Amino acid sequence: MNDNSGGGIQYALRVNDVGKHYPSDKGGSQGRTFSLDGVTFDLPMGYIMGLIGPNGAGKSTLIRLLLNMVKRDQGSIKILGMDNLLQEEAVKTQLGVVFDTSYFINLWTVDRCGKAMAPLYPNWSQTVFLDYLQRFGLDPAKKVKELSRGMQMKLMLAVALSHDARLLVLDEPTSGLDVLARDELMNLLADYIADGRHSVLFSTHITTDLERSADFITYINDGSLYYTGPRDEFEDAFVLLHGAPGDVSQAQRSLALGLREFSTGFDALVAVEHVGAFLAAGQDGPTTALADPDRYSQERPGFDDILRLTARRSKAPQGNTGVVTAAADYDTEVEA
Amino acid sequence: MKLIISSISGQPIYQQIEQQIRDAVLSGELVAGQALPSLRSLAKELRISVLTVTRAYNELAQEGLLENIQGKGTFVMSQGSERMHEQLLEQVRTNLDRAVNAAMQADVGMDALHDMLDQAAGANPTATG
Repeated sequence: MNDNSGGGIQYALRVNDVGKHYPSDKGGSQGRTFSLDGVTFDLPMGYIMGLIGPNGAGKSTLIRLLLNMVKRDQGSIKILGMDNLLQEEAVKTQLGVVFDTSYFINLWTVDRCGKAMAPLYPNWSQTVFLDYLQRFGLDPAKKVKELSRGMQMKLMLAVALSHDARLLVLDEPTSGLDVLARDELMNLLADYIADGRHSVLFSTHITTDLERSADFITYINDGSLYYTGPRDEFEDAFVLLHGAPGDVSQAQRSLALGLREFSTGFDALVAVEHVGAFLAAGQDGPTTALADPDRYSQERPGFDDILRLTARRSKAPQGNTGVVTAAADYDTEVEA
Repeated sequence: MKLIISSISGQPIYQQIEQQIRDAVLSGELVAGQALPSLRSLAKELRISVLTVTRAYNELAQEGLLENIQGKGTFVMSQGSERMHEQLLEQVRTNLDRAVNAAMQADVGMDALHDMLDQAAGANPTATG
């Protein structure tokens, strides 16, 4: 697979050991510090990468670092082969950005938004912009504040697509959108990268967005990189095991990447290469666990399973510290 | 060529593609030398990731069913259909060996085993003769 259709650029994005340290949380209520530690990943040209992780994990910080909206403390970022600080202007003319909330002035009309953005981009095409407005059903005379959330996202997307951006960066574009609008967006992204010359990085916590279209996944967990690579390999890397309540030994606990125990059983997420060891580490020795194939059931986990079992919340739970009650509905998340 | 992707089957998408292409080659719907859709056009049509299609094509190429020709595309191998047929025959033989072994362990006579095979074939709506 050595196509040069990317127009000579092999990587849309190269993030190398990028870090950012905040002395305390924005709210500052608990004086909590946040840091993004040495994140490294590559997005080859012509593909879609999903950026995932729980809220507060650092996805938006990473995107702001790419766009130089916050200053990084360490590392380097290359966008379309260019340094994102040294060649910031050149980078930004080829970059399209969509945020989860509109960055336009609320009183502007749709048409005015286009006119305001056009001078910023040498490759701006008013024809393409008007085509997208029509395609998205955006009335040029409407004011930004009159648009629904989905329509505001489409307006940002129309702007991003009207100046021949080679890399689209979308921060939670699908949050608050209904299933039709999400589907429409994913279809648009698939068309966008089809020629191999365009790439997409988008953050989301709606994992169904990723299940089909994303080629690569970068998973940020509590400020550090948990996984980056092909999506298929991410899904193949884990096995979800289920068993009876309490039937999990200390050795098995340490083998599990994540464990959730509840009154009627447990879920354990185990790396594929450790499944054999997990089965052999039952409380009463290896032979009984291995001899009884029904003792633990196994399945291929979905994205949500992987996330809920591996995600670390940096904030300590308030009040209730997660004591299991009699009802099976109340779960405790147990860190392995 | 018909290709349908189920998102709730639990089977990875690349495996669904592989299986359907294998079936199409075996049934003769895809013939030797025929070009498959390009990686990017198939990914776009099915709304799936390019890497997923790449993986399916690469694994079928390793099986000797498809051939990637640099700069030209992906084609059905001339011996692809025969090779698949042989593989399937081999599977049948292996599974029959297992069945005979299990039958001997369970003291099932060969006549009874024949009956069981007939029943199994009868229970499968696509089996004929």
